[in-house]
Amino acid sequence: MAAGLAASAGARPALEHVSGAATTEKGIRKVPTFCDICFWKCGAIAHVKDGRLWKVEGNPEDPLSRGRLCPRGTGGVGAYFDPDRLKVPLVRRQKRGQEEWVQTTWDEALNVVAGKMETIKTKWGAEAMALFAHGLGGTFLKHTLKAYGSPNIAAPSFAQCRGPRDVGFALTFGEEIGSPERTDIRNARCLVLIGSHLGENMHNTQAQEFAEAVGAGASIIVVDPRFSVAASKAKHYLPIRPGTDMALLLAWMHVIVGEGLYDKEYVAAHGYGFVQFQAELEPYTPEWAYPETGIAPDAIRETAREMARYRPATLIHPGRHATWYGDDSQRSRAVALLNALMGSWGRKGGFWTPSSMDVPGYPYPAYPKSTKGKVDNPGSRHRFATESITTGIREATLTGQPYPVKGWMVYATNLINALPNQEETIRAIQALELLVVVDVAPSEIAGWADVVLPESTYLERYDELNVESFREPFVALRQPVLHSPHDQKPNWWIARTLAGKLGLQAYYPWKTIEDYLDHRLAKANLSFTELKRKGIIRGAAVPVYFDDGVEPSFPTPSGKIEFYSTQLHDAGFDPVPKYTRHPEPPAGSFRLLFGRAPMHTFSRTQSNPLLHDLMSENEVWVNADVASRLGLDDGRYVRLRNQDGVLGQRIRVKATERIRPDCVFMVHGFGHTSKMMRRALGKGASDAQLITRYKTDPLMGGTGMNVNFVTIEAEA
Amino acid sequence: MARYGMVIDTRRCVGCMDCVVACKTENQVPEGFDRDWIATDTTGRFPNLHLEIRSERCNHCDAPPCVDCCPTGASHVEPFGHVVLVTPEQCIGCKACLASCPYDARFVNPDGFADKCTFCIHRVKEGLDPACVSVCPTRCMTFGDLDDPRSEVNRLIESRTHHALIPAAGTSPRIFYLT
Repeated sequence: MAAGLAASAGARPALEHVSGAATTEKGIRKVPTFCDICFWKCGAIAHVKDGRLWKVEGNPEDPLSRGRLCPRGTGGVGAYFDPDRLKVPLVRRQKRGQEEWVQTTWDEALNVVAGKMETIKTKWGAEAMALFAHGLGGTFLKHTLKAYGSPNIAAPSFAQCRGPRDVGFALTFGEEIGSPERTDIRNARCLVLIGSHLGENMHNTQAQEFAEAVGAGASIIVVDPRFSVAASKAKHYLPIRPGTDMALLLAWMHVIVGEGLYDKEYVAAHGYGFVQFQAELEPYTPEWAYPETGIAPDAIRETAREMARYRPATLIHPGRHATWYGDDSQRSRAVALLNALMGSWGRKGGFWTPSSMDVPGYPYPAYPKSTKGKVDNPGSRHRFATESITTGIREATLTGQPYPVKGWMVYATNLINALPNQEETIRAIQALELLVVVDVAPSEIAGWADVVLPESTYLERYDELNVESFREPFVALRQPVLHSPHDQKPNWWIARTLAGKLGLQAYYPWKTIEDYLDHRLAKANLSFTELKRKGIIRGAAVPVYFDDGVEPSFPTPSGKIEFYSTQLHDAGFDPVPKYTRHPEPPAGSFRLLFGRAPMHTFSRTQSNPLLHDLMSENEVWVNADVASRLGLDDGRYVRLRNQDGVLGQRIRVKATERIRPDCVFMVHGFGHTSKMMRRALGKGASDAQLITRYKTDPLMGGTGMNVNFVTIEAEA
Repeated sequence: MARYGMVIDTRRCVGCMDCVVACKTENQVPEGFDRDWIATDTTGRFPNLHLEIRSERCNHCDAPPCVDCCPTGASHVEPFGHVVLVTPEQCIGCKACLASCPYDARFVNPDGFADKCTFCIHRVKEGLDPACVSVCPTRCMTFGDLDDPRSEVNRLIESRTHHALIPAAGTSPRIFYLT
């Protein structure tokens, strides 16, 4: 049946077999592609044995995976076989959130979506339709939404994740860190991780380079309230009091500037406003920082000197999930400034300059121009936001200001667990006339949808080309390895078919995705046939360091590294970062911290049978002494209750020496409540559920989420 | 003939479990079972701690009690590489080997036979590393011939401090952990 439907859709490449069951295929077939279990997009080679998907390995030609995938990538097979994956289009039968569905055809489902979108456009204007899309797979849906006339396209990766970091670095160096990060970890001789748990945070190339740096004997300094895996590799582990990172950063800079340990030549050549910066640092002595951070002055001085000893090959890692306390872009700016003092930007062992292949986009007609502008950041109240703010769209949906939002399309992002304060998200959903979810696997947000559209996994579809900005230029192809086992469709087909139903055919002049890809590649003088065979085509290596011929350039207003930021001053913010003291947990409460595990991506992978087998539930890390005092044995179930009275789900205690007594930690992404996620349902607890409070970064609208406090209640 | 062994650098390992999932896919290990796994040992008091992360599996011991106790000869030392293997067709599922293994490295496959790590000998015969070694993003594992004095495994053992698991069991395990 699947094959028949597929043929009628015209979406199928000529593959030998269906899902491995009734196939005559013999032997081992290897198909290069790139992974989609996280957003890192590692080059991979899928192996099919006798017609059945066997395994996925790294593509040795790929500079991201370097022939080795991470556990999620290796577990990519499980995404294909996941019995819980979305199979057919679903239309809501009962009330939103009840997960009562009518299975339907693609034609009918897309007719419903297109019909509602037409109504919304007529009643409220095209801007009332917003798209939340995470990752490369969202490319074509974004195109359809732009063609429809909406400028409101956002991803949690900005306001809930790396936004403050990119803004902080751009304010300082004029350029963002980007993704994959432009960090030269493999050549760093001193690596500083402040709240960044590389290794648990398994971004493949970064984890590989981290191990390389450890193996090469680099001096590792780790600052974390938790004795992370990275901390176990460190020469210096600084168990900081949560929320005081800025105090440590300022004290480090005080020492480095005060003792003249910074790269004076580099700062003289490239710095702007150093004198004012130096004056601002005056009060931040290690003795001042001690009571704030809990880090002894000697340890602050010693680690500052350690960093200076190895400069410019000293890398203070910018981190990734940077939305902690609401002053995050200023903290990231402090990280940027510390790197500037080391002279590491543009230098080996610091930050390289990325490059990419020149692959022209497909020529499309111009998009309609919105007269209303974007909805998420009215009056540019977050002056330095460089991307759309998800929570801004949510707020507009709730308030109708600056104008109403009536439809959400959600691609590959589980907004219920990605945005802080679930109640606000659910209230916003209730105000919608249309909620469409497009995804591979079910999720809580899919449970709330009016229409759920099942996407093919990355192993079953062509996708947009990956023309990555990286250490070396390359272009990578995702191509189908197998047919979709049910009635799933690739995102490009969904986006194109929807556009057709909306009367936007002109925006899809290509008939098949192969035509699209071939057209783009031909314009770049690249061979589609060769790319299909190899999966990756690499460009000529180009210089990546100043010393190798990269021309130093800092596209800030001053054209230099801004130790003092005039643009921040003019906008009414601190031109040099200052310390803000954040509220502490009340007696008997703990700060709730959350983070990553290497085998799961957000809340997207818990139902993947292979990855579920590696980690089926999360635990709450509680300091061993605290656990003992509270009578909580290791492995016992508890519930956390937050400051607003929200009671979390059942979760096991991990009584451990590896965390401070004033905070608890849990891996993000568990505690699923969707009935459709049978394997993951009810296992572990959701941190997101307990994040009812958040603090907004005034510069760029990021939501600081480490501001919630919990008590621990034993389960009977 | 080679005598295969493995050297694992615990300083490089981040415990990501890629080795575990690679084994599962390579060998189609049934859901809920593992031929290899990650162990963590924390010592000390916060914040002065030491954490050792180890990828563990059958140690392919030089003196394997699982082979000695097997009533049918299903558990045996394969001449190729001196690896310890199980012939499923000969296994009666008596679990004597499970009880004898000090490393708890074996399980009963749902199909009824004792199952465990094979050092991916099907790959090694093709000149490849075992799947766990080949996949490891941190490159913390090295596989090779312990009888070859010039092998990388011997070079690592000679150049770094190392330990094997439960030496008191007297099984002469062939997996070594660099510290």
